[in-house]
Amino acid sequence: MPMIELDNVHKSFGANRVIRGITTHVSKGEVVCIIGPSGSGKSTILRCINGLEGYDSGSIRFEGIPVNRTAKSITAVRTQVSMVFQRFNLFPHRTALENVIEGPVFVKREPRADAQAHGRLLLERVGLADKVGAHPHELSGGQQQRVAIARALAMRPKAILFDEPTSALDPELVGDVLAVMRSLADEGMTMVVVTHEIGFAREVADRVLFLDGGVIAEEGPAAELLTNPRNPRTRDFLRRVLKPL
Amino acid sequence: MQGFLKDSIEFLPILLQGLRLTLIVTAGSLVLSTALGLLWALMRVSGVPVLAGIAKTFVNTIRGIPIIVQLFYIYFVLPDLGISLTAVQAAIIGLGIAYSAYQSENFRAGIEAIDRGQVEAAQTIGMGWGLTMRRVILPQAFKIVLPPYGNIMIMMLKDSSQASTITVAELALQGKLIASSTFQNTTVFTLVALLYLCMSIPLILLVGHLERRFGRR
Ligand SMILES: Nc1ncnc2c1ncn2[C@@H]1O[C@H](COP(=O)(O)OP(=O)(O)OP(=O)(O)O)[C@@H](O)[C@H]1O
Ligand SMILES: [Mg+2]
Repeated sequence: MPMIELDNVHKSFGANRVIRGITTHVSKGEVVCIIGPSGSGKSTILRCINGLEGYDSGSIRFEGIPVNRTAKSITAVRTQVSMVFQRFNLFPHRTALENVIEGPVFVKREPRADAQAHGRLLLERVGLADKVGAHPHELSGGQQQRVAIARALAMRPKAILFDEPTSALDPELVGDVLAVMRSLADEGMTMVVVTHEIGFAREVADRVLFLDGGVIAEEGPAAELLTNPRNPRTRDFLRRVLKPL
Repeated sequence: MQGFLKDSIEFLPILLQGLRLTLIVTAGSLVLSTALGLLWALMRVSGVPVLAGIAKTFVNTIRGIPIIVQLFYIYFVLPDLGISLTAVQAAIIGLGIAYSAYQSENFRAGIEAIDRGQVEAAQTIGMGWGLTMRRVILPQAFKIVLPPYGNIMIMMLKDSSQASTITVAELALQGKLIASSTFQNTTVFTLVALLYLCMSIPLILLVGHLERRFGRR
């Protein structure tokens, strides 16, 4: 059974039909990258997977549990599917370590000492052992995003969703974040990544989805889709992303 | 000047009794208005239309009625319904309810100023509404809300004098009573004004400090 299953998902904002029938699945340990032009519904479909956004019809399941943002079961989904945002969304009033242990201590009710020990380990793993006590405003964008990744990992998730995790970063800070993500992929973490980093997708993704106008216009193994796209719109998109004017 | 000092020494003990009531009414209505204001604000942002509607209606109704009329209502009308209160109790409840409207608007503005991304980050780690409020939103809103809260405190201190209209012998009314029996208007009302300033100036300085400390970054 695939870990995440989407079946004919539709979603509109008012009259704006943003997702128009998406069917796909993500297996355990798989890394799926979602690419596509601005406004094609990439963020929306990602946010539907952990119920940040509702959908109108079709179904989304995580390990068989229907994802329904108004049901009690949504907490179970969210504690197992973490998310990393483009704008980090760290809690500004808490230190790096406090950000990381917030979910384990207050949602999962882990003993604080255990959560702290695990949190320090995670911050060390994302290269921020010396920033444990720093507040978000004392950190660079790249460091904040790595704290956000540690915060996601602290929930011991089965999958992590990334929404353009490097788009808000200065170019020289992108590498550190991608390196952390690459190492997660190597360890077998299930990941769904919305990204414009085609190089990262080519290297790390098992599968790439090209979204256009709310549908999957093309889908395939990363190497194949990115080097040899069949759909002319995919080709067009890749040409624009790889060679910006 | 000699006369002023001599009269002051004579009047001060009585005025201080009034000041005591001023402080009691202010503190009591401050606590009540804070609790109620927070309740209305949380109802407004609860996302439950019925609760939000109730809170909104209540706040607008209170805002549309002068404080003095609310005080009359509680002190003179409630006894007809079988609820009788002492003047001080009525003053605390009346001012508390009246000011809960301002408190609620301040709290709501503070809560709504917090970036949506914060709520989403809380949700993605599995926090529900209550936990999100307690751990993420309110601690951040606190800093935004504090300077206006100080201003509301100053207004409440001054508006506690409205309790005089329902016979609470607070500072202003005590002053008026002494003045009308001694005809020492200048001395008495200068003292009353100075006593209010002694209480409000520290608050004004505190608000200034809070604005510098927590003001817009
Ligand atoms: N909360 C919302 N309310 C109304 N419309 C929305 C909302 N969120 C997204 N949309 C609309 O849905 C469409 C898809 O948005 P989405 O954010 O999913 O695109 P995207 O592919 O992530 O784009 P980008 O690359 O710019 O991030 C857009 O037309 C957008 O304006
Ligand atoms: Mg997006």
